[in-house]
Amino acid sequence: MTDTPIKDQAARDAAAKVAEYEHGWSADIETDFAPKGLTEDTVRFISAKKNEPDWMLDWRLKAFRLWQTMDAPDWAKLNVPPIDYQDAYYYAAPKAKKKLESLDEVDPEILKVYEKLGIPIEEQKVLAGVEGARKVAVDAVFDSVSVATTFREELKKAGVIFLSISEAIREYPDLVKKWLGRVVPVRDNYFAALNCAVFSDGTFVYIPEGVRCPMELSTYFRINAENTGQFERTLIIADKGSYVSYLEGCTAPMRDENQLHAAVVELVALDDAEIKYSTVQNWYPGDAQGKGGIYNFVTKRALCQGARSKVSWTQVETGSAITWKYPSCVLNGDDSVGEFYSVAVTNNYQQADTGTKMIHNGKRTRSTIVSKGISAGHSSGTYRGLVRVAPQAEGVRNFTQCDSLLLGDQCGAHTVPYIEVKNPSAQIEHEATTSKISDDQLFYAMQRGLAQEEAVALIVNGFAKEVLQQLPMEFAVEAQKLLGISLEGSVG
Amino acid sequence: MLSISNLHATVADKPILKGLSLTINAGEIHAIMGPNGAGKSTLGYTLAGRPGYQVTAGGAQFDGQDLLALDAHERAAAGLFLGFQYPVEIPGVSNVQFLRESLNAQRKLRGEPPLSGADFLKVARAQADAMGMDLDMLKRPVNVGFSGGEKKRNEMVQMGILNPKLALLDETDSGLDIDALRIVGEGINRIMRKPDKAVLLITHYQRLLDYVQPDFVHVLADGKIVRSGGPELALELERDGYKDLAA
Ligand SMILES: Nc1ncnc2c1ncn2[C@@H]1O[C@H](COP(=O)(O)OP(=O)(O)OP(=O)(O)O)[C@@H](O)[C@H]1O
Ligand SMILES: [Mg+2]
Repeated sequence: MTDTPIKDQAARDAAAKVAEYEHGWSADIETDFAPKGLTEDTVRFISAKKNEPDWMLDWRLKAFRLWQTMDAPDWAKLNVPPIDYQDAYYYAAPKAKKKLESLDEVDPEILKVYEKLGIPIEEQKVLAGVEGARKVAVDAVFDSVSVATTFREELKKAGVIFLSISEAIREYPDLVKKWLGRVVPVRDNYFAALNCAVFSDGTFVYIPEGVRCPMELSTYFRINAENTGQFERTLIIADKGSYVSYLEGCTAPMRDENQLHAAVVELVALDDAEIKYSTVQNWYPGDAQGKGGIYNFVTKRALCQGARSKVSWTQVETGSAITWKYPSCVLNGDDSVGEFYSVAVTNNYQQADTGTKMIHNGKRTRSTIVSKGISAGHSSGTYRGLVRVAPQAEGVRNFTQCDSLLLGDQCGAHTVPYIEVKNPSAQIEHEATTSKISDDQLFYAMQRGLAQEEAVALIVNGFAKEVLQQLPMEFAVEAQKLLGISLEGSVG
Repeated sequence: MLSISNLHATVADKPILKGLSLTINAGEIHAIMGPNGAGKSTLGYTLAGRPGYQVTAGGAQFDGQDLLALDAHERAAAGLFLGFQYPVEIPGVSNVQFLRESLNAQRKLRGEPPLSGADFLKVARAQADAMGMDLDMLKRPVNVGFSGGEKKRNEMVQMGILNPKLALLDETDSGLDIDALRIVGEGINRIMRKPDKAVLLITHYQRLLDYVQPDFVHVLADGKIVRSGGPELALELERDGYKDLAA
């Protein structure tokens, strides 16, 4: 992203137009919001607002009815306060943010972080939800019309479909119908069912056969994250022999009035296709006393349906008060590959229960799991991972490496591996370590000239390097800074 | 350059330094010897600002500043280097990265511009070469899997790169083979024997002093300097031990 100013008014207007209409992410969500509470009417309201076809409404309603019969999971090592689902708005996410008059009203702690990340001032305003900031920042971020246009044209030329999920439901109903809910069934879990009923928007990607997506697909301008509401829905389909790298999230901490976030992400990889999905999650974690913060209950799963297909999940999780998240791979295709690289940081009173599931159904399927948990303050981090090998799956291999790093002695780290092997030919390796940043290490680094916090950041980044290396270059740099920032004040 | 007066320090509430005074001028090399547990390493840690090393009385001036008022990293930036008796391993962080970040952190505190990656590598290479350290070792994680002698050599490479005004070298000679001892000795002379620098060598043996001729030798026992002299004092100690010094 560069800061080239936009030269003329026409270009400026065009950029705004691109932002508001072509992306479809804000056009039809202008003013209305559904009444508080969650009933069938809420679901109908949302569907109607989005001009959805009947099949979509039916799908949502079925999900809603199912959800009503389900209970929230309680097996995770989390302490989740009861959530009153009737005391929330389900269709107002973009407007629910209280607009601030200026950056002066924003928590100075958050501003400090923006500064450290080097986020331009106009963009800071958008992230923080300052009144009237959006358009300016969209200009700033789009930096010139040509970038946006080139971007879209290039994708079009390659045949890549990259739309909001609402648009995709209208424009590519067959593709959506075929795969939506295929990877994460409606009944999969409580939060997934809720998402199916009320999801507000999200992203749809289709990469045609044999196409290598010409660029990293992301919330490609940081700003788009503004509208990733509380019930986001993502569906990515990589057709035979295609490749795509998708970046989700934002290193800047996002202020959001919505406490509960329950996203669903479904990935499908057909024969020889590869999907690389990278996430940086930095939702508001609550204050140092543990007040406030986002509950992040996400269901992410990939279907490696085709032979030799491959999916890599890479995540850097530093935000949210509570994280409940297990990006998984169902390895159906023979010789398919699943990877999970994770860094999860918890500080203060944050709780994270995260990990992965690798379901080996195909022959000679392989999976690699590298999980790095970093806990500080009074926080608690749990790695929970399942490796399952089906009876018919010959020659499966899995390697799991689970490392925990503790800062201080008030925090906890837990590793909960589940291994279910129904085929004796499987080779499963599991390694786990727990270490502490020692006073010796800190002093050594400080003696060489690093301030304590710089020393912590350096050591932590060293610990997480294997995972950070998996991130696309420009993301990795930001993620590195982010790790240091998340742990500030955690030592000494 | 450094003047320590009546320094008292405790570790975990236990008094270790008990009224230590010592003055080191620019251009001088001092050696401190003394029995195990006398407080030599404690002196180094206390001067370098290690948390947990509590100064209960006395003071130390470094280059006209109140040394004890500074944080550990500020002391480093002011030009104080501690060669560790037991260098610490930092997994996942390469020597190059560690030293470059350290050097640039120091430069920032001193108001100097950061060194670019290329410029830094030039300096690092030269220092590693001079100390006979393989370039590959520079790329390896800090001290991880290094032999005892390699760790000590690495301390000297770090000293060369950081280029301090005052080096406190805590048993840098222990664990070195014969050739390495010579290389380290020559390294100390090359880097530190300058009119505007000074060295405090903590050592148990004369052999390092054969290479790095000290101007003064002190005996530290039970938290105090109990005797000071010229280079001949080290030879005398080597011959007679510390038994006559018990005061
Ligand atoms: N954390 C601690 N708690 C209690 N006593 C300590 C602690 N650290 C050091 N000491 C004690 O302080 C005394 C001085 O230790 P120091 O390491 O300074 O000795 P030294 O002179 O460097 O010895 P050596 O020649 O063996 O290296 C020792 O008796 C040691 O046991
Ligand atoms: Mg010692």
